[in-house]
Amino acid sequence: MLFYSFFKSLVGKDVVVELKNDLSPGDTRSAHATGLWENVFSYLEDVDKGIQEHSESYLSICGTLHSVDQYLNIKLTDISVTDPEKYPHMLSVKNCFIRGSVVRYVQLPADEVDTQLLQDAARKEALQQKQ
Amino acid sequence: SLFINPQQKCTVKTIVIASNIQSFCCLFELTEKHLVLLRDGRTLIGFLRSIDQFANLVLQQTVERIHVGKRYGDIPRGIFIVRGENVVLLGEIDLEKESDTSLQQVCIEDILEEQRLQQQSRQEAEKTKHLALKERGLVMPRSDIMDEYGVQHQY
Repeated sequence: MLFYSFFKSLVGKDVVVELKNDLSPGDTRSAHATGLWENVFSYLEDVDKGIQEHSESYLSICGTLHSVDQYLNIKLTDISVTDPEKYPHMLSVKNCFIRGSVVRYVQLPADEVDTQLLQDAARKEALQQKQ
Repeated sequence: SLFINPQQKCTVKTIVIASNIQSFCCLFELTEKHLVLLRDGRTLIGFLRSIDQFANLVLQQTVERIHVGKRYGDIPRGIFIVRGENVVLLGEIDLEKESDTSLQQVCIEDILEEQRLQQQSRQEAEKTKHLALKERGLVMPRSDIMDEYGVQHQY
């Protein structure tokens, strides 16, 4: 409930939603984990150029938060994709509905968030849940 | 969920779903085409006929669009019922923007061939990566060759 109310307070603001990449069970390991290790090994000179390829590319959508619901499904308007080369199918889409379960991060404008208030609210919620 | 008989011509313009307690944030125009991204990477384009709070969808005149680079190909699929857990996102296609895109449509056989080549080169790159990492003593667990007991099989 806390985050539902929190997101409701952000309706109308510009956010960037980053989606989970390694979603299907058929995918080989987490792309994120290999990306980290590749950064470690990229300093070794004999690493094949082919390994340097960018594997950490997640679909990130920038848009205005239109609405949110109790499942934290998000509806964005006026969207733009941060990497249109990799995801050409989104070029003709203006508004979209994103299922809450596939969201990894939601990047918020820093000046719209009152971290003190949020922290207090989260603390209260945690206490309430314990009881 | 609101289910409309696909045989009938759909005259409803907008659809607002309200669950018992809170409203499900879904206001959509039904006269436009929608694009659905699935978790396995597929893209479906069709007319949205039904949606509920789990994002279960019914799409009519669906087309599966395969993108490879700047080109794409369409495979007509008919009526789709998609279980909500497989949906990543659902977008309204703006017809004006669609005619503006620099993407080029090719026939199905060509795009499937290009996709096959793309998968092949990806797999080869994966293999080189895996080998190089293995040489440095790092073996990443691969979920596709791991069975339910966490035992990895060597192929």
